[in-house]
Amino acid sequence: MNRLLLSLAFLLTAIPSTTYAHKVWLLPSQTVFSGPEPWLTVDAAVSNDLFYFNHFPLGLDNLVITAPDGTHVDAENKAKGKYRSVFDLPLTQRGTYRVAVVNDGAFASWEENGKRRRWRGSAAAIESEIPADATNLRITESFGRIETFVTNGAPSLDALQPVGKGIELIPVTHPNDLYSGETATFRFLVNGQPQKDMEIVVIQGGTRYRNSQEEINVTTNEEGEFQVTWDEPGMYWIETSHQDDETKIKNAVGRRMSYTGTFEVLPQ
Amino acid sequence: MMNRIALMLGIALLGVSQTTAEDWKATVEIPRLNVSEYHRPYVAIWIQDENRKCVANLAVWYQLTKSGEGEGTKWLPDLRQWWRRSGRSLEMPVDGVSSATRPAGKHELTFDDHKQRFSKLPAGKYSLMVEASREVGGREIVELPFVWPSKTTQKLNAAGKEELGEITFVIPSSK
Repeated sequence: MNRLLLSLAFLLTAIPSTTYAHKVWLLPSQTVFSGPEPWLTVDAAVSNDLFYFNHFPLGLDNLVITAPDGTHVDAENKAKGKYRSVFDLPLTQRGTYRVAVVNDGAFASWEENGKRRRWRGSAAAIESEIPADATNLRITESFGRIETFVTNGAPSLDALQPVGKGIELIPVTHPNDLYSGETATFRFLVNGQPQKDMEIVVIQGGTRYRNSQEEINVTTNEEGEFQVTWDEPGMYWIETSHQDDETKIKNAVGRRMSYTGTFEVLPQ
Repeated sequence: MMNRIALMLGIALLGVSQTTAEDWKATVEIPRLNVSEYHRPYVAIWIQDENRKCVANLAVWYQLTKSGEGEGTKWLPDLRQWWRRSGRSLEMPVDGVSSATRPAGKHELTFDDHKQRFSKLPAGKYSLMVEASREVGGREIVELPFVWPSKTTQKLNAAGKEELGEITFVIPSSK
């Protein structure tokens, strides 16, 4: 019993102060489409295991879908279940869609009447939500992008132009042109600029059916580029993060940015 | 030149597959399979160069009729090599290339050298590619390498194991 309590206590303290202690992801039903109006359907969840919805649904309030012509389009049939959210998207245009949940806000922690408080919300709400007499106040700006790419017909690039905020994955190899046995090259930008020395984790889905995570760890070079060789076809999860102190939020100590993307690698 | 156009028109009008010296010919066998649920396979036939770039689309057989699931183009990416090398950039249907799926059996195909699409190929190594994918079935690709040009007629053959039977390809001499 003591041991259980001890491990519980350990678990609680071991959870980092970031919102996403678990993996966040979008799982597209498929990434390569054909036809006049094929439909994509996407699962969105937060979990430890890839890609199994067994912990928490991912909020879809900040869903941003960029169509091949660069315009924003809306998802259909948005729903939130116990462990996952779901949405559909009719692919009425030919080319590549960028499907993302973009969370732009702040975290704060402080002490109030001797108790530790935590808060997460938009930067605009900070003033009204945090008491003026908060002690040990610590505000961190946060910007997270959770995304995937799907293509109807031939891959295109218009929807993949950088927006210039947060971490973005820019293709050298197109994200819907990935095949097993080949090496893909991508570039990471931070606020529109190539970023070196970013630490990237790549994990193939299907973790339930193997013993280890089999993480691939790579680092961006001077040009912000990194390479991944796909040994097997399947769905892959790519994650990275970056912190700096360039924040525009008043009294914030810094800025934390995160990126996770889901990529399908096809068999030859 | 005029005569040749007249001849081609004549062939087209008559619908007779007359053989000219420049025709490239293939036979593709779709095996008869003893399965409880059988659908005719989607098949793509193309020529690729050494870098696997598609240099000529010869045939694409797919479900042309509309059904409750939408048009048959929905499943074209299942011909996954062809889709990557060519199909995804095409607007279906393609005149003279796409047609309906075909039943089990040996199919004799004749490809005319339209606009010298074969004879003008730069010298190099090529492959005839035949890919088949069947609903609730398997997928298979067969490659028949050849060199162009060649002073002699080339007769290639190969066979698939599951979704494709015997395949032959006859390339006339380049003269």
